[in-house]
Amino acid sequence: MPRIPLGWLAEHVELPAGTTAEQLATALVRVGIEEEAVHPAAVTGPLVVGRVVELTPEPQKNGKTINWCRVDVGPEHGEEREDGTRGPRGIVCGAHNFGVGDQVVVALPGAVLPGGFAIASRKTYGHVSDGMICSARELGLGEDHAGIIVLAELGYDDVVPGQDARRLLGLDAEVLEVNVTPDRGYCFSMRGLAREYAHATGAVFTDRGLPRDGEPAWRPGEAGFAVALEDTAPVHGQPGCDRFVAQVVRGVRASAPSPAWMQQRLTQAGMRPISLAVDVTNYVMLDLGQPLHAYDLARVAAPIVVRRARAGERLTTLDDVTRTLVDEDLLITDSPGGDRGGRVLGLAGVMGGAESEVSEQTTDLLVEAAHFDPVTVARTARRHKLPTEAARRFERGVDPQLPLVAVRRVVELLVEHGGGEADAAVTDVGEPALPAVVTLPLDLPGRLVGVAYTPEQVRETLVEIGCVLGEEHPGGGRHAVGAVDVTPPSWRPDLLTPVDLVEEVARLRGYDAIPSILPTAPAGLGLTEAQRLRRAVAGALARTGFVEVLSYPFVGPHQYDELGLAADDPRRGGLRLVNPMSEEQPLLRTDLLVTLLDTARRNVARGNEDVALFETGLVTPAPAPAPAPAPVGGVRPADEVLAQIVRAVPPQPRHVAGVVMGDRERAGWWGEGRRGDHTDAIAAAQLVARTAGAPVTVSAQGAPMPWHPGRTARLELPDGTLVGYAGELHPTVVEALRLPVRASAFEVDLDALLAARPSEPVQARPVSTFPVAKEDIALVVDDTVAGAELLAAVHDGASGSSAGDVVEEVRLFDVYTGPQVGQGRRSVAFSLRLRAPDRTLTAAETLAVRESAVAEASRRCGAELRA
Amino acid sequence: MSHADPLSPLDDDAVEAAVLEAIAAFEAAGDLAELKTARLDHLGDRSPVALANRSIGGLQPAEKADAGRRMGTARARLQAAHDARQAVLEAERDERVLREETVDVTLPVDRAPRGARHPLEVISERIADVFVAMGWEIAEGPEVEAEWFNFDALNFGVDHPARQMQDTFYVAPQDGATASSGLVLRTHTSPVQARSMLERGVPVYVAVPGKTFRTDELDATHTPVFHQVEGLAVDRGLTMAHLKGTLDHFARAMFGPEARTRLRPSFFPFTEPSAEMDLWFPQKKGGPGWIEWGGCGMVNPNVLRSCGVDPDEYSGFAFGMGIERTLMLRHGIADMHDMVEGDVRFSLQMDGVV
Repeated sequence: MPRIPLGWLAEHVELPAGTTAEQLATALVRVGIEEEAVHPAAVTGPLVVGRVVELTPEPQKNGKTINWCRVDVGPEHGEEREDGTRGPRGIVCGAHNFGVGDQVVVALPGAVLPGGFAIASRKTYGHVSDGMICSARELGLGEDHAGIIVLAELGYDDVVPGQDARRLLGLDAEVLEVNVTPDRGYCFSMRGLAREYAHATGAVFTDRGLPRDGEPAWRPGEAGFAVALEDTAPVHGQPGCDRFVAQVVRGVRASAPSPAWMQQRLTQAGMRPISLAVDVTNYVMLDLGQPLHAYDLARVAAPIVVRRARAGERLTTLDDVTRTLVDEDLLITDSPGGDRGGRVLGLAGVMGGAESEVSEQTTDLLVEAAHFDPVTVARTARRHKLPTEAARRFERGVDPQLPLVAVRRVVELLVEHGGGEADAAVTDVGEPALPAVVTLPLDLPGRLVGVAYTPEQVRETLVEIGCVLGEEHPGGGRHAVGAVDVTPPSWRPDLLTPVDLVEEVARLRGYDAIPSILPTAPAGLGLTEAQRLRRAVAGALARTGFVEVLSYPFVGPHQYDELGLAADDPRRGGLRLVNPMSEEQPLLRTDLLVTLLDTARRNVARGNEDVALFETGLVTPAPAPAPAPAPVGGVRPADEVLAQIVRAVPPQPRHVAGVVMGDRERAGWWGEGRRGDHTDAIAAAQLVARTAGAPVTVSAQGAPMPWHPGRTARLELPDGTLVGYAGELHPTVVEALRLPVRASAFEVDLDALLAARPSEPVQARPVSTFPVAKEDIALVVDDTVAGAELLAAVHDGASGSSAGDVVEEVRLFDVYTGPQVGQGRRSVAFSLRLRAPDRTLTAAETLAVRESAVAEASRRCGAELRA
Repeated sequence: MSHADPLSPLDDDAVEAAVLEAIAAFEAAGDLAELKTARLDHLGDRSPVALANRSIGGLQPAEKADAGRRMGTARARLQAAHDARQAVLEAERDERVLREETVDVTLPVDRAPRGARHPLEVISERIADVFVAMGWEIAEGPEVEAEWFNFDALNFGVDHPARQMQDTFYVAPQDGATASSGLVLRTHTSPVQARSMLERGVPVYVAVPGKTFRTDELDATHTPVFHQVEGLAVDRGLTMAHLKGTLDHFARAMFGPEARTRLRPSFFPFTEPSAEMDLWFPQKKGGPGWIEWGGCGMVNPNVLRSCGVDPDEYSGFAFGMGIERTLMLRHGIADMHDMVEGDVRFSLQMDGVV
């Protein structure tokens, strides 16, 4: 994101002397430009220019030769002599690319270089080295560590020993880096940021992006270097390049260093100085926002053709990567040997090619500034993973009026600092679309923002941001104050609709002017039943000792392997992600247990062994029915299309699952603990069902992996619909996941439970105050008879007696197996609480209930009354 | 206790002596058993006083009244003395029993394991309650969502950066299918804006807490699965002032009466004007200050149109903020890992205090 050297900004806008990065940030945030960082001065402490006055090579035992130098660092910083005067300092330097008389950069004791590298006097190689002669890399100015900086080689000729090198090299200032939102491409330039600073503060802004000396912004039709725009496959109907400006400069010292002030600014802006040709194009891009390219004229054959790639074409880009192009990539090509558009020079608006790169030998340059389609550039940049400075600007939109101004500026700087002469003719082809007129109702800003802007304030603000106001439309109907035709400025391709202009008014007039008014919503219905019950379920589980956790929904086949699922188990068939976080986990879970068990395992591994966990979340058990259409936004799709979209979203029922591990009751001073088992899981599932108000029964019909086939209850609705399982986990799964033995779990489809809730209010039974009659019954049955079936039989039998509806509770309270009841049999004991609403039960009635219960148990389950 | 001669009901001195002796015996009883023995000796059927009393029947009629009175008084004094002593001894016994039954009530009673809600869920519910209290309703939507709802309906053009691979989880097409599935894991709760307008019509005031997904690696401040709360209000005459009022109220409800919000211009495809909202956070470490809280703005007319709402008649505002961030701010949680890894120690320490 852009960095703002203050001195540079001040060339575009009046900036009070002494303005700090922090003050700049405070101003810019008001108009929507956020601070990303304030970069501290790269170097603190004394960093000065030094002249080497003596240099003695001293070979060392280790084979290296060091240079013992005396360096004149000026009167203020020199070494103090006995007579009080100051002279050159002694410094040991390992580099050899300099000699006596060269001016270098010296970090004196007390200086701190990038990376926190503190300089101090130190004894080394038999000398006291009283500072350090710096390389470019040590100062964070580039990667060059081969030798130290010789200032003359960088173009710094008129410097003197003792001069502040921090200032000289731009290493002394704090630099503000800002975050620019995608709609404000023009803020990737000093020009744009200065304009925003002016909007924020009212400071006087000078637009350096306008043509100078009365030149028009366009000069179409001139016969410069031949360029043809031949886009045969525009994206969304937008031509890939709608303007191309080029000019030739000859006899330039293109590879000479750029002037010191330019290097300094580039460094502060976070770019590395390279050579005059490269630096000038970068500088003008940072200054005005127009990406530019300089070609070695000797390596470009006219005409340049801007066209789409042909599938399979290849290009080695400046970063020395050879890329295979696709037919949507927009290319700059030239025509060697008359092969029109036959050679690829670069990816338009993204990166140039290595072949036409400016080199040491280059003297003649072709300077290009073009206007490329944001979508085309964005797609190519992403496709080839090249988020370059140029691409970043083009994909956000660049001012189509800039190319000529920018080329002129580049040429001017090249000639000024590199000599040579520009060709008179300028190529300017193509015709960019002009900003469309937006008709803004003058009361719209006030109506949307809630501040009573006057029409005059609205007009003023629009003019301030560069809009041209046209025809006024008289008011009438709802828009009493009328409307105005607004032509947005060329650098604001984001201003397309009236609300875009509303934001500009609100932004410049200040968001802090917006009052705070709480709207009155129409009366609502509160939480839905499902929302309330979900809370109740989670609360109930938490209050019975379950800890709620959240797990990611991503799973992989290996997890299903661990759970012992068969290869064709439908639960393996979750939706697959194109770009998962991990290739190991490309699927979305089809139930909660698979990820909850992973969480359980993590807890056990961390020593949390006696815990019960639960999670509530959506699962995606079924594949998507059909691809979802995605019609363009901004208009309501037709009903059938909308229905198709909705249908294409797979069902995502909400499940709740839990795991019980280790002790469910703790041992303590009171005595033994109790290990959790399948009963705790089943009880929790029943608690869930009861809390949700759903009539769920358990049956013992076995269960698939990862459940223990003999210790897992199938949870059903009255009509037999499966809504979940609860019980012990299969021993092989417990072992594979290293869970405590007898680890148990449950998972229930909460949505199914909620759907099974009675839809009508359940009618309450009156609470009888007559005495209770208690009866115990012990029945002997084959041990294949399920307890739940026998209980149901006893209950139904008791309820169906001649005594009428008097059963208050039937509780199965004991199960006995042993010699008294015989092999393969068990005795099951029930206690009945009987009570009539309107009378005290007689002994005869109680007996009738008992007999009816036994008879029904006998009929349904072959039960015999235990003797 | 035995007397050589039976006590005469007419012998004033002897009766008085017997009474005093009995009272002394009651007083001397050290516990209820000794008192019972003393009672049998001095008030029992075979006690001198009882025998003397019974002998009144054999006296001369003239003597009966005098003897009766004497013995009545004596028996009443004895009974009173006994009862008083019994009350004292019973009180002593009760006190001793209670003392002996005393246990150490400070011993831990954590026999049942503790459970807890997850703090993110608790705070989501709290947030929902704030909006319900304003008359809003809580809307929901699927996590695997149609691209149209997640992007197109919200004015994200097909080339918007947020639609690119680096942010969004895309769902692969069915086996064998070549076309895109048209499905993503929702990158924000905003698709529920579109769903709410289409399903409920306008005016609409809904808050949407929910899970969202972006392809960020898990680190101290990022997680690929996170939670947002979205707010949407569409009605006649709504302005940014109403947005500001709602946010201020929400901030106060979550962070106390000192809290308030500040808007800064920003950009989102689905709002125009758009704003970042900062929260004045009274409990900020190192002193109160502004903290980034979320994004908001006036619903873009294109979004209204996508949902069949006429932007000339209705306007609306929307906002969204991360629930993780809200929780981290409120409770000084430094590392996202603690919230997402499912370690029970995290939820347990926050139980009841979120």
